[in-house]
Amino acid sequence: MSLTVKLASRNLFQDRLRFIATIVGIVFSMVLVNIQMGLFLSFERMVTTMIDHAPADLWIVPFGTKCFEDPSLLDTHDQALALAVPGVMQAVPVAIGFTPWTVPGGGTTPVFIVGSSTDATGLRPWNVVKGNPDALAAPHAVAIDQTYFGRLGVNAIGDSTEIREQKAEVKVITNGIRSFTTTPYVFTSLEQAGEYTGTPPNRVSYYLVHLSPGADIGDVRKRLVASLPKVEVLTPGEFRSRSRAFWLFGTGAGAALFTGALLGAIVGTVIVAQTLYSSTKDHLSEFATLRAIGSSNLYIHKVIICQALLSAVIGFSLAACISLMIVVLTAETSLPILMTPILTLGLFLLTVVMCVVSALAAIVQVMRIDPARVFKA
Amino acid sequence: MIAPVIEAVDIVKFLGDGAGRVQALKGVSLSLACGELTLLMGPSGSGKTTLLSILGSILTPTSGIVRIGGHSTVGARPAALARLRRDYIGFVFQTYHLFPTLNALDNVRLALDVRGERSDRAIAKAKAVLATVGLSHKQDAFPSELSGGEQQRVAIARAIVGDASAILADEPTGALDSENGHTIMTILAQIAKDPARGVLVVTHDPRILPFANRIIHIEDGRILSDERREAAGA
Repeated sequence: MSLTVKLASRNLFQDRLRFIATIVGIVFSMVLVNIQMGLFLSFERMVTTMIDHAPADLWIVPFGTKCFEDPSLLDTHDQALALAVPGVMQAVPVAIGFTPWTVPGGGTTPVFIVGSSTDATGLRPWNVVKGNPDALAAPHAVAIDQTYFGRLGVNAIGDSTEIREQKAEVKVITNGIRSFTTTPYVFTSLEQAGEYTGTPPNRVSYYLVHLSPGADIGDVRKRLVASLPKVEVLTPGEFRSRSRAFWLFGTGAGAALFTGALLGAIVGTVIVAQTLYSSTKDHLSEFATLRAIGSSNLYIHKVIICQALLSAVIGFSLAACISLMIVVLTAETSLPILMTPILTLGLFLLTVVMCVVSALAAIVQVMRIDPARVFKA
Repeated sequence: MIAPVIEAVDIVKFLGDGAGRVQALKGVSLSLACGELTLLMGPSGSGKTTLLSILGSILTPTSGIVRIGGHSTVGARPAALARLRRDYIGFVFQTYHLFPTLNALDNVRLALDVRGERSDRAIAKAKAVLATVGLSHKQDAFPSELSGGEQQRVAIARAIVGDASAILADEPTGALDSENGHTIMTILAQIAKDPARGVLVVTHDPRILPFANRIIHIEDGRILSDERREAAGA
């Protein structure tokens, strides 16, 4: 082990209490940042989950639609206009909307209805663990996610209740289809969705456009825009971006998460800076000796930065373990926290930067030491 | 002829600011030669330690010229002064200034490490120097496990391991009993016999006079006497 690393580690570990305080500071800070960023990633994925799983080449959406949950409606005449456009093979309607679900044990809870063609061209439930999505074609058939059993008061195929005072029977159970608004998604047929949401028969929310084989998506899109008034034609990527922009930044949810993460990083930086500064202050006579015996500034910087990096590695490792436990514990909840390799790498780099920045105050302090203090008995 | 390793010409040094400003050195000139042990003696406040700091390029003089190994320190930047200290000077302090978290061997190695010498050869050299001060058996001991005399011997080993041509010692026996003080001075006198090294010891302690080849008396920032003599103590 090089002497700079040895000196740094011994300085760091000499005062155990201060070392623990430093590590606790880094761990809390990084776990907080990790949770905030993990929630952000989770939200980011959840707000586009329907768009991600819809089998559409293009989306026809009401003009000005901000996100998938937007209540604006299209006219059913638009379907015929879309089908008349060369290159369009199908325009599959989707109806959505919030509506009350009667909890069998008493009371109601809001749910978000997603109704579409029950064949493979429509927006059908995925991650099916019980039942068959084709069963949703039957009257009153619905699909729910097992994450929301407790909230909905049902937990098995065949359980029934009422949605907007109309019968609903669980025919399909999925796993992991969660809404970032925490309002459960309920899948059903297009016709049933109209009844559950009270959507007028001549209205739908979206059309999923399937292109004919070989059709050019750009050309078809231009023709659709020219043929359909008061609508927008979006690629799935554009619709995703728009949904994310609305939910994460238009509503302030993303800003709140980022602010939390930023505060975590600031708190961590301050704690590490304070403890490094205090540790350096305790070892001033040693740094003065180093300067007296002719060490370069770089050598002294290396010792201090090495202390900071050791703190970063140890603190981050513990924080990553705790964060991983939180990820596992929240995986099956309605608010899962995600941890991706890129997020983990990013947080490690953030920890390193945070600790090195924290070392600056200590470095400035050491550079001000008068090496002549070594002659004071 | 004895070659000077450090040369100071007409050194003036003011310390402090405003009303507290005092002239610590008032035109001091001296040269430190290799192959001899020089004692710098004088009462408290006479300017001994200030002069030692200037000769060691830790302090810069208000005016005057200092040459270390032939290099003038006038106008030198802090990094250049640090390089001169690293290459030419070994310090021994009254309170040792060892690193409490490093063992004796690592404390000695540190002087090589700051010079960029980190090979196995550096470790062997540090061990050899520890042996010359009689501490081979204590190389793994931490400062808290060593007596004052042993700590000072480690500090001397640290000062000489880099082949410094000037050893500047500030009251090296000041914190030691007479037996340990005698041991330390014997080691320093032995080092001073090396024709490539000069040793300057700042002291109040009259018991170490027999070790000196040269005795300089300083008082009130001026050299009062500078006499050479035959050392008898080593």
